[in-house]
Amino acid sequence: MSKITFAIGGVHPDDAKLARGCAIEVLPLPETLYVSMAQHLGAPAKPIVAVGDSVKTGQVIGEPGGFISAFVHSPASGTVKSIGPRKDLAGNPVTHIEIAVEGDEWVEGVDLSDTLVTAIPEDRAAILDRIKSCGVVGLGGATFPTHVKLNPAPGSVAECLILNGAECEPYLTSDYRIMLERTKEIIVGAAIMQKVLGGCRTVIGIEENKPEAIEAMRKALSELPYSIEVLPLKKKYPQGGEKQLIQAVMHREVASGGLPISVGAVVQNVATSLAVYEAVQKNKPLITNTLTITGNCLPVEKMHNYLFRIGMPLSYIAEYAGGVPEGAAKLISGGPMMGRAIANLDAATVKGSSSILYLTAESTKRGKESLCIRCGRCADACPMGLEPFLLRKLYFAGDVEGLEANAAQDCIECGCCLFSCPAYIPLLDHVRQAKGMAMAAIRARAAKK
Amino acid sequence: MAYIVSPNPHIHAAVSTKKLMLDVIIALCPAAVVSFLYYGLGEIAIMAFSVASCVVLEWAITKYMLKRPSSTGDLSAIVTGMLLAMNLPPTCPLWVVFIGAVVAIAVAKMTFGGIGQNIWNPALVGRVFLLVSFPTYMTDWTVPAGFISSADAFSGATLLGQVPILGALEADKLVSLHTLLHNVGGSAGEISALALLAGWVYLLVRKVIKPWITLSIFATVALVALVFHAVDPAQYTGPLFNLLTGGVILGACFMATDYVTSPMGTWGGVIYGIGIGFIVMMIRYFGSYPEGMSFAILLMNTAVPLLDMKFHHRKYGRK
Repeated sequence: MSKITFAIGGVHPDDAKLARGCAIEVLPLPETLYVSMAQHLGAPAKPIVAVGDSVKTGQVIGEPGGFISAFVHSPASGTVKSIGPRKDLAGNPVTHIEIAVEGDEWVEGVDLSDTLVTAIPEDRAAILDRIKSCGVVGLGGATFPTHVKLNPAPGSVAECLILNGAECEPYLTSDYRIMLERTKEIIVGAAIMQKVLGGCRTVIGIEENKPEAIEAMRKALSELPYSIEVLPLKKKYPQGGEKQLIQAVMHREVASGGLPISVGAVVQNVATSLAVYEAVQKNKPLITNTLTITGNCLPVEKMHNYLFRIGMPLSYIAEYAGGVPEGAAKLISGGPMMGRAIANLDAATVKGSSSILYLTAESTKRGKESLCIRCGRCADACPMGLEPFLLRKLYFAGDVEGLEANAAQDCIECGCCLFSCPAYIPLLDHVRQAKGMAMAAIRARAAKK
Repeated sequence: MAYIVSPNPHIHAAVSTKKLMLDVIIALCPAAVVSFLYYGLGEIAIMAFSVASCVVLEWAITKYMLKRPSSTGDLSAIVTGMLLAMNLPPTCPLWVVFIGAVVAIAVAKMTFGGIGQNIWNPALVGRVFLLVSFPTYMTDWTVPAGFISSADAFSGATLLGQVPILGALEADKLVSLHTLLHNVGGSAGEISALALLAGWVYLLVRKVIKPWITLSIFATVALVALVFHAVDPAQYTGPLFNLLTGGVILGACFMATDYVTSPMGTWGGVIYGIGIGFIVMMIRYFGSYPEGMSFAILLMNTAVPLLDMKFHHRKYGRK
């Protein structure tokens, strides 16, 4: 039993890794793909193709719209049918490039073989450039452009690269499957990032409810020449939170408003590591990722882990997997703790898509809200040490100063407070609003200076 | 087909106020059963009447005065009713029990807005109101006939009440490990320390409460008694006597740990417990009442908002 975990708060939802036994299957291409220009944190990409253009698989079709932005590539070969707004997951209009798929003819210079390439290029700048030009973004949820994160500002030193294989969200198994099936590629990706960061300590953190992944990683590392360690972590949500993982592995805490690099940490998801491998060693842009079809109203034999191309509509994938199951009341993209409810199943997958999760009304129903009984469970559960019951009161009182003093802006929106509340008070809904108020006040002050 | 769309989290720990209160009710059962065995049908009647009064009063107040959906489904009125009954002498007339229930539910709980809103523990407010209003009934420690006869029962005084009569030295001798099992004479719920502690351990195992408040009360009571007893054993009773007599165990395990009226943070809870332990010992040694657990808890209930303002959870990334 590993005792290594973050020090404050946390909850223990049933891990429900029901799809853990489903090997990754490759989804066939649909007739039409819709590639979003806002697949990453930061400015949306700008389309650089026109309607009627022919595109090849892996061809750049969107270029960064700012410093924090990313390239977007065509996920198949075909013709650009339209460019314009299309509804995303939440139903908000986002610019998409519609591609009529004609085949899967790749651009020149991409290594499509399965051969493992272990020799890492020497030139740091060339590696970073490759990561950037291949449109790699963080696949752990935030989709922050990876080349920015791997290139810390002058003066800051990376002391530890943490590979996030915690996959602490219940139900999700895509990281688990790639750790089993793409083990060595992930390790080489980690070694590449380690090199870019100057050869710092590198740790792969995996929760111990995935012993096969820990074992596979250890075995692969013994066969490869890199100095990387595997660290089994105690199962606790939200272990995969960046700040929590840093606390668990390095016993350091990132100051409020600070970046992980301020304590010498860089955290990257295992899926990102795989994308880095493919970009640097194979010159393959990020147009695929792994996604889990799972839920509690789906028999295990209907669960899948799919390798999907970005731009595939979720409805296409759901249909291919056998349709939305009977009894599904809520569809979620991501895990049940932090994922987003799918308002529009026709939305296209993006780089960071990780699941279609079907939950029954019974399991996802919010109980009837009653009065706070001051049990303190929300504060005990908060991994940031916040007191949601208090933030809620301050929010209703409109006390912005109080919210800031009680660190509302530090909320990571993990959902532990509402998950734990016996009175079913929508704590995170309120704290999220409170966080917005505190952040606005902080930004306004910064703008004045 | 329309699906539910709402913000995260999408699942819940399936804990509810009702389930927590049910655990408290279960935890109170061992001590309640022991009191039934020793004090008989009369005690069963007091418990049933107290619980029924509390539930009906809360239901009536929400329905006819507050005009909002009844909150009796959360079972907290049952807990208050049980605790009130356990804080009364087994001879208490039912009409006195009813007045206690009115004060506990109508005055101490619902006037403030119901569960979670009250400053003071409702059952204790009820008990203290009765103690100052009906001292004759509230200090009648005659032991009624139960299903088990208690040969070692004192009639007319509790162990704490023996102190001014026999002196501290003799009173100390009355307490033995036997007292841990059953301590007849006193409020009904205080009869078995062991049964109360079993209930407390159940609450800890079920993670309903944390141990810090209770432990800091026990530690403070023991420490204060140890110091005074060491200075003058003829004047001041010792730690074991003070831990095992009166309402210390009932209060520390079930009344001081009431979510609503205790601090939210660990350190606030420890200070609160120290305050309760200190005040109860000062009342016992220097006050005009033989026992002061109710007063001690109510006084420290009053300090809870201040303790909550002072003691916060440790925040990530902040000194």
